[in-house]
Parts: sequence; structure tokens; C-alpha cells
Amino acid sequence: MGAGHAHKLYRHGHSPVHRLPPHCKLAAVFGFVLVVVSTPREAVWAFGLYAALLAAVAAAARIPVGFLLKRLVIEVPFVAFALLMPFVVPGEQTTLLGVSVSVPGLWGAWNVLAKATLGVAASVLLASTTELRAVLLGLQRLKLPPLLVQIASFMIRYGDVITDEMRRMSIARRSRGFEARGVRQWGVLATSMGALFIRSYERGERVHLAMVSRGYAGTMPVIDEATADRTQWAYAATLPVLALAICLLGWTL
Amino acid sequence: MHVPDGFIDAPVSVAAGVLAAGAVAVSLRGARRELDERTAPLAGLVAAFIFAVQMLNFPVAAGTSGHLMGGALAAILVGPYTAVLCLSVVLLMQGIFFADGGLTALGVNITVMGVVTVVVAYGLFRLLTGLLPRTRRSATASAFVAALVSVPASAAVFTLLYWIGGTTDIPIGKVFTAMVGVHVLIGIGEAVITALTVGAVLAVRPDLVHGVQGLAAPLKLRVDGELVDAPAATREPEPAAAPARSTRGFWITGLVSAFLLAGFVSFYASANPDGLERVAADQGIDEKVEEHGAADSPLADYGVGDIANARLSGGLAGVIGVSGTVVVGTGIFWAVRRRKEESTEASRDHENV
Repeated sequence: MGAGHAHKLYRHGHSPVHRLPPHCKLAAVFGFVLVVVSTPREAVWAFGLYAALLAAVAAAARIPVGFLLKRLVIEVPFVAFALLMPFVVPGEQTTLLGVSVSVPGLWGAWNVLAKATLGVAASVLLASTTELRAVLLGLQRLKLPPLLVQIASFMIRYGDVITDEMRRMSIARRSRGFEARGVRQWGVLATSMGALFIRSYERGERVHLAMVSRGYAGTMPVIDEATADRTQWAYAATLPVLALAICLLGWTL
Repeated sequence: MHVPDGFIDAPVSVAAGVLAAGAVAVSLRGARRELDERTAPLAGLVAAFIFAVQMLNFPVAAGTSGHLMGGALAAILVGPYTAVLCLSVVLLMQGIFFADGGLTALGVNITVMGVVTVVVAYGLFRLLTGLLPRTRRSATASAFVAALVSVPASAAVFTLLYWIGGTTDIPIGKVFTAMVGVHVLIGIGEAVITALTVGAVLAVRPDLVHGVQGLAAPLKLRVDGELVDAPAATREPEPAAAPARSTRGFWITGLVSAFLLAGFVSFYASANPDGLERVAADQGIDEKVEEHGAADSPLADYGVGDIANARLSGGLAGVIGVSGTVVVGTGIFWAVRRRKEESTEASRDHENV
């Protein structure tokens, strides 16, 4: 494990956002996204305000804009999908830049684009200010079943190991002159996938035996507990509460 | 196919979340019975495996490539409960860390990609391995069919959710035709890879394939240069053979009539393929050199998908959609029956101890 132990998306820092307890942040992000999704699409200004809220959080967390924008690339497939909507949705037609498009389709495209972008941006902010382990602690604190949290923690711990194993297999294949060009090479790839599964599963068995020999009996010992006092909760709640106010305004106006 | 925020409205998202939570709760209980206290490390490693597998590119042609979704593969290899848990964890982590799939759409994603694919694939796999002779080849063939059907079935369920709570009024017939059409194509790829992978595992460690038991070659001992059967293991033969045979005819008749009905009725359904085929854009782009710096990040695999273009008649779509529904029911039946068998076996073990 020559690389650092932090995940690639995490951006180390000491801002107030970094210091917030993870379960407060998780709850805030979930609340925020839920509010965004329930906002009526006609309230265009509300989405602008949401974006401003997220920008304020990013500024407080000292996350550079470029970093955030680079992560938003994940959305591209759905941007492509949204851009098709004005052409396939039936309804009232209008001309935009000389092309005939449908009005409900435009609204639909706007709806998906705005909400998905805000959701992705919120997740990216969460991931870049919270360490992996902290997120797991937060999930546990939010009463996710302990077994699920354990599975997630094993997946994250061994994710890089398994991925590296896969990469070594790929190097081994290519050093023997293999080149995946098309469907005909699928057999070899699938065989290595089968081998990877066996290796992963057997590694799981070994890990379990190692844990049992160290006294594991089905539950992980709680080493550190994530705690939050009332001010931290209030601080974290600022984002979803402001968003909720905007949402309510959007429904009434 | 990760659904983003804002695609499905809030009430349906919440309802799907409740459904997914219920499925996960059932799976937690079931997985603990399957794997007892080994659940956490084994399921965690399998989840890591699925995560890695989704990054492995399978070249199709002319620079395009796709990756496995892994639902059917996981169901066949580790059993339905563990598979649902692994896929849910993978989706949860993808949603939180990689912003792949919206957080409010998490329930929809888990329901569509985790629960439906697993239940359909496992149900169909068990059904087929029950009907076909117990050989390695029929297990591979069953894996092929199970994976082939599971992908369009999940697309059909997504269409259903979109019909109830979609935020844009696209005619539902169009959505269904486009989604299922594209996913039949994706399903073929998924089926080929799943069958090949299951075959590879069967050849090396048949005992690790959860969906078929008893395919391992009998243990032989070499005594004085001759191969002799080893003393039989203490495991008793499965008692489930007799009732399975009696329902076989019923199953075949039911399946055939379902297919006929769906194929016939859907002649009247609209079949207008359109630009929606891009829904399939979840397929990753090809990255040629994996040692590239950015390849470290799982994000590296995500990008603009290639556009599969499918024109499929409503008949085929109907057949697949309806057979998917049949299979969901079958899956539940099998799960319940398995549980009964297991509980009787567990009590028997207990008596022995």
C-alpha cells in the first residue's frame, strides 16, 4: 500500500466543513438532495439559489471550483440523454435556434439536468470533505444495519487490493501477447474474471480465519464513536433548512 | 443505468427506497443464514470483486466496449441474499463517493439493479438447473439464459417506476420499447460473459458456485496405482428431487403459454424506437492503457457511453417483459422453498450435534 490511505476523491483540509461529524454531513446532504428533487421545475430561480448554497459550502470547505467541475464529468451520459428529451417528447412545439423542439421536453430536460447536477455536486462535496472511514462511522451512527456497514468497510478496505489483482492479471495477459480486440477475446477475459472471483472469495475466507483467530465473534468492536453536539447539528442543518425554505417559496410563488 | 436525481419524482423515490430497505433487511437475515458469521468478510470481498468487475472492459467492436453489471453473476456465484447485499453496498458506495447514481434515487437503483436482476437471474437459474440434467454444461447454459433475461427484466421494472413517477411525460410505450430493446442487446453481452465466467469457476472450484451443488467430481483415491472411489462424504442426498419432478410439466406449460401470450398480445403494442436508446449510456468508454495515472480511480472508467442503436419489435419486447414477471414470481417461490429446505436441514444438523 504505497499510495496514501485516503481515497482519491478526498481532499485533505481543515475547514469547518471537514470538521463536521460525518453523520451530520450525511444527513444534511440527503436532506438537501431530497428537497431539491421535490422542488417544482418551473421555479428556475430556486435552482440558482441551491447552486449558490452549494457554492457557499464549497467556499467554506475551500474546495477549488476546478476540482468540483472535474468531478461533475460523471454526469455526462445523462446530459446526453437530457439533450434528447426536447426532440422525443410530444407536445406543444416551439422553435429554438431554428430547430423545432417541444416545450414539455425542454422542461423535462431542464428538470433532469438541474436536479442531477445539484445532486452530483452535493455528493462530490460530501466525498471530498469526508474520509472513507468517517463516512462508514457516520452511516453506522445513522442506524444503518451494522452488518451492512461491515460489508461496506470490507469492500472499501479490499477494493484496491482486488482492483490491483485485476490489474496484475491484465499485465500478465498482455505480457504474454494477449490483446483484447473484440468479442472473440471474451473467453480469456471471462476466465480471468472467474479466477479473480475465486481469489477474492478465498481471500475472504482467509480474512475471516485471521479475524476468528483474533477473537472475532460476529461483531466488530467499536473503537471510536462519532458524536455530535447540538451546535454541530445546527451548523450542518443550515444547508437543508435553507434549501427547504427555498423549496417552500418555490411552491407558493 | 445508474439513475440520477430528478429522474423519478420524490414520492416514488421514497417508496422505492422503502422497498429496497425491505429487500436488504430480508437479505441480511438470509445471508446470515447462508454464511453465518463469515458474512461480513466474504460479502465484503465479493462486493469488492463486483466493484472491480464493473471496471473491466469488454471490447465489442470498433473501439466501443462495455462492462458487466454483475447482478446475475453475483446471484449465481454467491446466492441471492449475499448478492443483493453486495450489489446494494456497491451502489451505496458509488452513490456516496463517486456521485454515480443520485442519492435520492438510491432506492430505485437498488431495486432495479440489485433486487430485480438478482431475483430474476437466480430464480430462472434454479428453475433451469432443476429442469435440465445436472451437468456442468447445462449449468453454464442456465447461467446464460438467467443473465440474458435479468437485464431486460430490470429495464422493464425501471420502465414501470418511470411510468408511475417519471418527471417527464414521454409516452410509456416508447420508453418501454427503447429500454427493453437496448437492454436485450446489453443482456446478450452480459449473458455471454456471465456464462463464460460461471463456466470458468465451475471448472476450477465447482463448490464455490452457490446456484449448483453436487457438480464437483467425486473424490478418487489412488490405491496401489488404481483409482478407487473415496468413502462417500457424510452429506445426505437432497430430498427435493421428487416434488420438483411433479411440477415440471406445470412449469413448462406455464412458461410456454406466457411466452405465446406475450408475443401475441404485443403485436398490438406500439413499437416506435426513438432516441431514448441513449438510456444505455452507462457503458464505460474504453481506456486503452490501464496503468495510466487516472486509471487508479474507479472514476476513470466512467465516461460518455457509446450509443447502442436498437430497433426491436414489440413482440420480442413483450415476451421478455412478461417472462421477466413470471420469473420474479418463480424467484420468490424458489427463495421460499429454499428457506424451508434449509430450515429443515438446519434442524436436522442440530439433532445430529
